[in-house]
Amino acid sequence: MRTRLSSATVQTGEPVAPGRRRMLLALGAGVGASVVLRRIATAQTAIGTPDELAAAIRNYTGGKPVLPGKVTLDISPIVENGNSVPVTVTVNSPMSATDRVSAIAIFNERNPQRDVANFKLGPRAGRAAVSTRIRLATSQKLVAVAMMSDGTCWSHGVDVIVALAACIE
Amino acid sequence: MARALINIPPSPKRGEVIEIRALIQHPMETGYRPGPDGKILPRDIVRRFTCRFNDGTGDELVVSTEMFPAIAANPYFAFYMMATGSGTLTFTWEGDNGFAQTETVALKVA
Repeated sequence: MRTRLSSATVQTGEPVAPGRRRMLLALGAGVGASVVLRRIATAQTAIGTPDELAAAIRNYTGGKPVLPGKVTLDISPIVENGNSVPVTVTVNSPMSATDRVSAIAIFNERNPQRDVANFKLGPRAGRAAVSTRIRLATSQKLVAVAMMSDGTCWSHGVDVIVALAACIE
Repeated sequence: MARALINIPPSPKRGEVIEIRALIQHPMETGYRPGPDGKILPRDIVRRFTCRFNDGTGDELVVSTEMFPAIAANPYFAFYMMATGSGTLTFTWEGDNGFAQTETVALKVA
């Protein structure tokens, strides 16, 4: 707070009387606050993609409710190189003939496309776990969704920070 | 023919859950990236990977994957299978520009 106020007075570039100074300080603080508010507003409009992410998941599940739990999306929270990021999705399921995972999908928030990969687990799949390597264009949220044989859908979301983005632009 | 690496345990026990790992050499060009001339390079990805198992009684799906440009170059997958008996694993990759490759590996259960 103190630094912002002093910089506001420096910008005026002239010696100011105490009464005027107080007014300028208040003015500077007000301008600073409005800039911060405007930044937050633009950031929110730029992020608009959580809606797209939700829409992609809805499209995949066919509008069924997606519950949190059962799924573990295992990915390093800080990624050095977005070109090849190992991910593992594990689902808590006995994988018996009647109670099993039929499909697993991975979605992202801020790559050019929301889909990453859709897995189908056949009758031979022995454990509900899949691993692959993916690209990440920027720091973002990833969501794994699992569809069970009884029709329920479960998910897990993870936020990752990407230091070096995958070259997409 | 692209190079494919497939890794399965050499002699699993009957009823054991085994890990299967498969990788294929492919650039997975996203279709969002400009080339040296500044023009966007056309998309060239592997779209589908399938692993099936045939123990002589029938062909059954282990895992199949639909891929999108967010899959890294040289797509790699690891997954699990219940080794109930010996048989043949068939790995198929299909993609843009007519990319198609099939590899078979024999699974011998001890």
